[in-house]
Amino acid sequence: MSIAQLSVLVIDENRIRASIIEAGLRDAGHEQVTLINDVNGIAQRIGDLEPDVIVIDLENPNRDMLESMFQLSRAVKRPIAMFVDSSDQASIEAAVEAGVSAYVVDGLRQERVKPILDMAISRFNAFSRMERELDAARNALAERKLIEKAKGILMQTKGIDEDAAYTLLRKTAMNQNRRLSEIAQSLVTASSLLDPEI
Amino acid sequence: MSAADIHEIRAGFLPLLDSAILVVAREKGFAESENVDLALIRETSWANIRDRMAVGHFQMAHMLGPMPVAACLGLIPLQLDVIAPMALGLGGNAVTVSCALADEIAGDRASSGLDAAANIKGLARAVRRHNAESTTPLAFAVVHPFSAHNYDLRYWLAAGGIDPDRDVRIVIVPPPLMADALKSGRIDGYCVGEPWNSLAVALEAGVMVTTKSSIWRSSPEKVLAVSGAFASDHPEAVTAALRALYRSAEWCGKPENFESLAELLAREDYIGQDERIILPALQGRLRYRGDEIASVQDFFVPFDKAATFPWQSHALWFYSQMVRWGHASWSPESSLRVAQVYRPDLYRAAIGSLGGAVPAANSKVEGALHAPTYVGASDGSLLLGPDGFFDDRIFDPEQVEAYIQAQRA
Repeated sequence: MSIAQLSVLVIDENRIRASIIEAGLRDAGHEQVTLINDVNGIAQRIGDLEPDVIVIDLENPNRDMLESMFQLSRAVKRPIAMFVDSSDQASIEAAVEAGVSAYVVDGLRQERVKPILDMAISRFNAFSRMERELDAARNALAERKLIEKAKGILMQTKGIDEDAAYTLLRKTAMNQNRRLSEIAQSLVTASSLLDPEI
Repeated sequence: MSAADIHEIRAGFLPLLDSAILVVAREKGFAESENVDLALIRETSWANIRDRMAVGHFQMAHMLGPMPVAACLGLIPLQLDVIAPMALGLGGNAVTVSCALADEIAGDRASSGLDAAANIKGLARAVRRHNAESTTPLAFAVVHPFSAHNYDLRYWLAAGGIDPDRDVRIVIVPPPLMADALKSGRIDGYCVGEPWNSLAVALEAGVMVTTKSSIWRSSPEKVLAVSGAFASDHPEAVTAALRALYRSAEWCGKPENFESLAELLAREDYIGQDERIILPALQGRLRYRGDEIASVQDFFVPFDKAATFPWQSHALWFYSQMVRWGHASWSPESSLRVAQVYRPDLYRAAIGSLGGAVPAANSKVEGALHAPTYVGASDGSLLLGPDGFFDDRIFDPEQVEAYIQAQRA
């Protein structure tokens, strides 16, 4: 299978994301995949590996270094262009949106490389989605803890039960048009300030 | 004021001192008073700024002066239609080297100081000695191939008899990683904007040996890049943004604002470094080696001397250096195209009505002013210069080809 002969280098300081992309490439039949997390000494590595396609995340501050290597350095023997076709605006937009960029050896046919870029884009998007979901879950958990704490403070200082404490918090939030967790945060902060032990 | 009258502009920037004009336009209300809703997005590479402008995420950006020139010559990997209707100040960079190399540059002198002419002699001596003993040339980093850093450094080296492509290696390192690369010994020196030189001195990783202002006084650095499509579709938004940025530059140039400017830039979402590292460059009092401080005139000029005017002669000088170093080929047609990427006409149209002095010419002979000089301007007088190169050469924008040939000889 001709597609498997392309050698792909993935440069990503985020090890988890890099592994996800690697897995995707292997699933698609690419056997020559190399991951690099640390860009130190990368000129040498690229010189040794002679990759056909390089995939790099856009957050990586070393993109300028990498591009200059392609343009000017003798370490990289083959001319490398960005993306497959610089006039393929839709592909470029999708890649930038997803936060990934690809460099390919000049002369490679678009239909051989595009699936790799498409795969990288979809894996990058999936990873961002996963991160967002994880963040949301973490925030929800933190909010729940905060509300529990605020309820505890109310129960202790006002001598009311848990339900009454929760109702009071919710009513205050509604009256002030603020989020329940914000009211809880204010109460926890105020209570720590008033704590006679500090 | 209806929402339709608000100009929404997203602009990318890199964490550098000369992002100040954009930051202040947003934070001190200059954008708002021109009905510009200016969102600033910090980026990690010039490649990202370029790509995000190309796909329309950014309408404007803090950009290296030679980059729009490279874009119009088709030297970048993407199609990017971009113009430069304003400069974001003059100067602002320095050259920092490892402590060991600084000692070699100083030689018998007690301290190397910051003088470009004196220190290039010391550096040339050090490079010759190094190359006699080692097969790996010294490495100097700049931030991007198409940067004033690259061309200023090359100019300085070449004037001292050092071939920047043979006698040393020039590599690319992102600004915030420079001090670290120097400290770890991966590079021997670098040319970068502030505060990334002051940081290396504070970390005792390096010594500043010259400044951009010493190599070429009042020289061009960053520009405001504006998407060509955005400029043709929304000329009134560009005018409003230019006016806001002009007012902002004026604020940035006032000494009484330096401390609050340093404080603002220190914020995590802007430069994210201690304000004490940022302030000296604004004051022109650089801690360049250990605890030694030098006063540097015109180190960074955000406003005076028409510092925001997009001189076409600046674009042409960058082009001359691209040709000199084999990054572009020479043609009179390219030269015309390059000059037209910088847009003094748009600047004049926007700023003229503010009552400030705007140069009457689009180009000037660079390096001709040895003292501050009044030149023709919209309101009669404008103080420019001095603007000399350290080797006293002159760049005449009418004689680009002859200039390139003289440099090659």
